[in-house]
Amino acid sequence: MGVWGRCEPHHDVRVLSVRGLDVRYGRSVRALEGVDLEVGADSVLAVLGGNGAGKSTLLRAVSGTLRLHGGAVAAGEVWFRDERVDRLDPAQIVRRGIVAVPEGRQVFARMTVEENLRAGGLGARSAAVRAQARERVAELFPVLGERSSQRAGLLSGGEQQMLAIGRALMSGPELLLLDEPSLGLAPQMVGRIARIVGEIHSQGTGVVLVEQNATMALDVADTAAVLEVGRIALTGTAAELAASDDVQRLYLGGHAESAEQAEAEQEEARAHRAGRTLSRWAG
Amino acid sequence: MNTFLQLVLNGLGKGAVYALLALGFVIIFKATEVVNFAHGSLVLIGGYFVYATKDALGWAGAAALGIVSAAVAALLIERLLITNARNADVNSLALLTIGVDVIVTEEIVRRLGADIPFVGDPYDALPLQFAGLTVFRTQLVALIVGIVLITAFFLAFRFSTWGVAMRAQAENKEAAALMGIRSSRVTATAWLLAGALAGVAVLFMATQDFSGAGLGRGTHAIALIAFPAAILGGLDSTVGAVVGGLIVGLTEALSAQYISFEFSKSAVFLVMLVILVIWPSGLFGTRELSRV
Repeated sequence: MGVWGRCEPHHDVRVLSVRGLDVRYGRSVRALEGVDLEVGADSVLAVLGGNGAGKSTLLRAVSGTLRLHGGAVAAGEVWFRDERVDRLDPAQIVRRGIVAVPEGRQVFARMTVEENLRAGGLGARSAAVRAQARERVAELFPVLGERSSQRAGLLSGGEQQMLAIGRALMSGPELLLLDEPSLGLAPQMVGRIARIVGEIHSQGTGVVLVEQNATMALDVADTAAVLEVGRIALTGTAAELAASDDVQRLYLGGHAESAEQAEAEQEEARAHRAGRTLSRWAG
Repeated sequence: MNTFLQLVLNGLGKGAVYALLALGFVIIFKATEVVNFAHGSLVLIGGYFVYATKDALGWAGAAALGIVSAAVAALLIERLLITNARNADVNSLALLTIGVDVIVTEEIVRRLGADIPFVGDPYDALPLQFAGLTVFRTQLVALIVGIVLITAFFLAFRFSTWGVAMRAQAENKEAAALMGIRSSRVTATAWLLAGALAGVAVLFMATQDFSGAGLGRGTHAIALIAFPAAILGGLDSTVGAVVGGLIVGLTEALSAQYISFEFSKSAVFLVMLVILVIWPSGLFGTRELSRV
């Protein structure tokens, strides 16, 4: 696919481009600061980071839902292909081809699986796109077909995650944003979700994968970035990051059993590094 | 026995009208989380337009205009006050609708002056006799119209694109936005629809048969019965609104006959209290449905 990108010089290979993004919640809470990120056409970008690093905020900024959380873009720009999208509303952004799967899945619990998928198709640009997406979702997630008349709230966690991804694919996006799809799932299911992400990518949809589970994320991703307290701390190819000492120690080494533990370890590592570089923390 | 059947039929007819009001009330609540205390004034706006244009347009034309004007009035409240105050607390918005209700009601009452007109010309005060029963024609027409409109609503709510979008947004605003559902369109149609239903309801409320209260404060007071109907059914349940409306209509009719007319209004609220003590979120109100 990358070859195709080079064949058409007018077609920018960067699909999504985040430039100098500052996001605030209210007047004082600065959630993102000067974030620059690029997602290539047809690639998977993993965004790693602990709790409160700004990962979800980044996805909200791209999908236009910051306002629903009392946040706003204070500075910087978000471009999709050759259009600036940071001032569009969520519905317009979906119609441009960016769709997000929010953290915690957020399926419509009281509606059936079929109705959830139907809701997902409401943002499709045409009936043809929707019909094509419907087939793709049926192929990717046969289990959803078996459960089509069941209420979504009664599905297992893994099935809900599949429904959430399937629902997002219903409008035929070019770029899929996933917010911690592995959260709260059994290891086996995490592997399955990872394979599905890989498959979606191989079918030509770009993916931004926000994760705390770095092993899984770096396994699927081409490129990766690490967010730390609202700033990009590291970027590189997934292989480079997987090999980097910092990422090893912070996100791959510990195998944290809980979010609290992960955070404590990160805090420790951060202090450790700060000790190396900033004299006022020394002693 | 005949008296009882008669009461049930007339009670259901009234209940169908309460159901139309409560349904509108619940649709607005589901779409915007705002408790619309201005619902009674929407009823008056619809009725006022019927009264003011009846002579010029004929009853049917005036009735159509009344329904449209109530719908437009609801849309105006939504566009001018609710959407503009996007970050306002829903409770402040509910209080805002009380303000709208007072202003509109006072203005219409002032315009009507000494008049308290009836607006149900084709069917009002023409009781029907059959099988030994006497049934108010207004209540019978109301029951039929209610069944048709409520059925149409539920079909659309369940199967149409609009229904899917509306339910998705009512359940999870953020997820709906992420699906590309245009929230302002959903809320606008919800208010329009609720206003139109209020416009239909007034055609039966401001009649000799329904309560003897013509258009004015009397009709407005009757519209307030939609609150207990919606609340006892469950404020966020469309089915609950319809069931609640019918319970209220029956309670009112039966208690007026068997206890006393004066007691019938209190009976409605007593029934509501009893139901809320047993089911705190109403008969069909949201109970958490999720598996973790």
